[in-house]
Amino acid sequence: MTAVDTRNVYKQADYKSDVKPIWCPGCGDYHVLMSFTRTFAQLGLPPEQVCVISGIGCSSRIPAYTNCYGFHGVHGRSLALAAGLKVTRPDLTVVVASGDGDGYSIGGNHFLHACRRNVDMTYVVMDNHIYGMTKGQPSPTTEPEFDTALSPGGTRVRPFHPLVVALASGANFIARCFSGHVNETADVLVEAIRHPGFSFVEILSPCVTFRPDEKAWKDLVHPAPVAATNDPAKAARRIMTDDGFNLGILYRGSRTPYQPAAGGTHTDLSQLEKDFEL
Amino acid sequence: MAASPSISIAIVGSGGAGALTTGDSLLETACDAGWHGLSTRTLGPQIRGGEAAGLLRLSADPVACLPDHFDLLVGIDWLNAHRFGAEIKLAPQTLVISDPRGGELPPMVTQAGARVVEVPMKEMAKAITDGRPNMIALGIAARLLGFTPEQALAPIAMRLSSKGAAAIEASKAGITVGFGAAAGIDFDMQLPAPKPSSARRWLLSGNEATGLGAIRGGVRFAAAYPITPATEILEWLAPALTKVGGALLQAEDELAAINMIIGASFGGTPALTATSGPGLSLMIEALGLATSAEIPIVVVDVMRGGPSTGIPTKSEQADLNIAVYGMHGDAPHLVLAPQSVSDCLFTTQWATYLAETLQAPAIVLSDQFMGQARAAIERPADVSFIGARTVAKDITAAYERYALAANGVSPMAIPGTLGGQYTADGLTHTQRGTPTSGEGDHRAQLDKRRDKLEQFNYGDHWSSIEGDGDLAVVTWGSVTSAVREAIECAAADGIKARLVAPRLLLPARPEQMTKALAGVKRILVVEQTHGAQFHRYLRAHYDLPAPVRAFNRPGPLPITAGEVHRAITEWR
Repeated sequence: MTAVDTRNVYKQADYKSDVKPIWCPGCGDYHVLMSFTRTFAQLGLPPEQVCVISGIGCSSRIPAYTNCYGFHGVHGRSLALAAGLKVTRPDLTVVVASGDGDGYSIGGNHFLHACRRNVDMTYVVMDNHIYGMTKGQPSPTTEPEFDTALSPGGTRVRPFHPLVVALASGANFIARCFSGHVNETADVLVEAIRHPGFSFVEILSPCVTFRPDEKAWKDLVHPAPVAATNDPAKAARRIMTDDGFNLGILYRGSRTPYQPAAGGTHTDLSQLEKDFEL
Repeated sequence: MAASPSISIAIVGSGGAGALTTGDSLLETACDAGWHGLSTRTLGPQIRGGEAAGLLRLSADPVACLPDHFDLLVGIDWLNAHRFGAEIKLAPQTLVISDPRGGELPPMVTQAGARVVEVPMKEMAKAITDGRPNMIALGIAARLLGFTPEQALAPIAMRLSSKGAAAIEASKAGITVGFGAAAGIDFDMQLPAPKPSSARRWLLSGNEATGLGAIRGGVRFAAAYPITPATEILEWLAPALTKVGGALLQAEDELAAINMIIGASFGGTPALTATSGPGLSLMIEALGLATSAEIPIVVVDVMRGGPSTGIPTKSEQADLNIAVYGMHGDAPHLVLAPQSVSDCLFTTQWATYLAETLQAPAIVLSDQFMGQARAAIERPADVSFIGARTVAKDITAAYERYALAANGVSPMAIPGTLGGQYTADGLTHTQRGTPTSGEGDHRAQLDKRRDKLEQFNYGDHWSSIEGDGDLAVVTWGSVTSAVREAIECAAADGIKARLVAPRLLLPARPEQMTKALAGVKRILVVEQTHGAQFHRYLRAHYDLPAPVRAFNRPGPLPITAGEVHRAITEWR
């Protein structure tokens, strides 16, 4: 990221606010918060240079629990808000936090275009395959047979494959993590932030309240057997065919990040007026 | 009809025939020669093959609205002209130039009983290499208006400069032939001599003026999703922002566009987006976010006919309700409305300044009529309204983003500022910004956001107030120009009326309105909505101290001075 390595200047605690998280005991998101603070400390980022942007949902509560600048915006639009911030303030480190409902359902369109646009920021989706905050409705990653009050007997609708969508849409870095693995997740997030362009990190983060079955995830996850590829075709085949619990960096692209052209000065308006003169 | 004499010209053709180019360049010719003028383009929703007309009105004085009828109509062809219906009104004395092979005369010509002179424009063009009938039409119109062929050619030559000498030669030949063909045609209207003026004059559209106003006010970021009739603002801003160190980002939809500008503004960059009714509908939720999180943004709505997709290419003022009342919850914000092409610049600049100063979203209600009209204006003066946000610097104590400041405006920490870290939130929050559902904080922050807007001194710009008759004509937006002209006509009839046209619609200014209406005996409310939205807005926010009559009708036809004049004279 920067020429000067300033690691170890900041401690994890420097990134933690004194606001007490409102998450259920045992929620995977506590671990994600720990991974965040560990990541920022590893990168030695001054807290005031980091912006954590989110939408609505359990996972989107995370900005206020950090000691960074944060924006807890409307449901599903965090990526757009973050893009406006990052292109005007390329000096800042922008991390977007979302969940499977916020990011893949109401925010689905922005997900496609954020991948395509490839602005240099990191998108973290805490995926628990359920709407937790509204008490257990199916999300785009919920299994078809999962029974809920809103979908008795299951949705019978095929879940969405976010990593494949991200790859097809142009994301420049794709990884999957498990919230319980705080250190490994932080290591991946460090890489994601360092990687130029749009980095997408899906973190499997169990909802112990509405998906107690997800407590079993800790036994199902496993490290990816092979190193990350920069070949999209290879990555597509792997991601499409893996078991969904394959952890690690799965794809590293080499697209140039998007940054609008800038020029001119801030004060010279006379040139603009010339076109109107009679 | 106008207080100062004017000549109005309509150039009609099927889409692609070049009627719009002809109208635009005729306006440029007139303005180059020192006259004032205004032109609008009217066309169907299709890009090619439909109907198209360039409408213009020329005068020695500034022109801000279209006439009640046209003095000269040139029909390059009549293939789709029937679709204009009542849009191009003619009088018996109107001169119509018609190509005998251009199709059947449309009802607007036959019903008016206008004088028709046939000129075979198509045939004449055929005799010229690469000749086009619209250049013949331009030559005819130029002669009838008293311009030379050279004057008529100059703007065309400028447009064709990249297409080479042959293209310019073909146009020149066409204009010359048309000029010759007009030799025997009687047209007794003449423009009075242009008034010498030392002022620098501009020719621009309201949408371009809006873009420049934004940049003058400090906007350095725009997010863009194309929509008729607002797109030109964004297309003008795209290269312009780059020249002044800013940037424009194309969004995937209007939901993204408004959130992008909220993000940019959160980062400290004054930001704007432009849209029309359907887009504004999509932006409403995030406008509430900007209100709650106190993020300054500017959203320009170039209004078109509604609801739903409505009439994208025609004007209406029916987005007033959504702009004023659209957000859920109690969400005080700014709503402003420019009144002319020139005022699009000032009002957008002022809106930017107010949004930045008051840390609140501002909606600017422009409309298709003034947004897409081009007019000659005197260069708008540089005004001091340049966005200057109160920011938190050198933070030592515990920072509270939403501290209850006396004027309601609390210093905003910009990311990167040490010690200013906070989370901007759409959740009800404490002074520090921490989410809460407590009664006290909810009330305190609602009060804060209301009071900062209410307490601010907006000065005299809040409204146009002209004249002192005991009849007040209260109106807003682009209709103001037609009302002003109607009041001038009524004065010639011996009726004294005053004009009251608020430029600032939210927050309402009850004290100032009471002063503006002091002593009136009758109030005529004029607006271009079907549902009398402005009348109801006035009733909701102001005490109207006299009997009220409402003159309201929807688009697509612009409200003319003649209509308003009649509404004034009929109420005696």
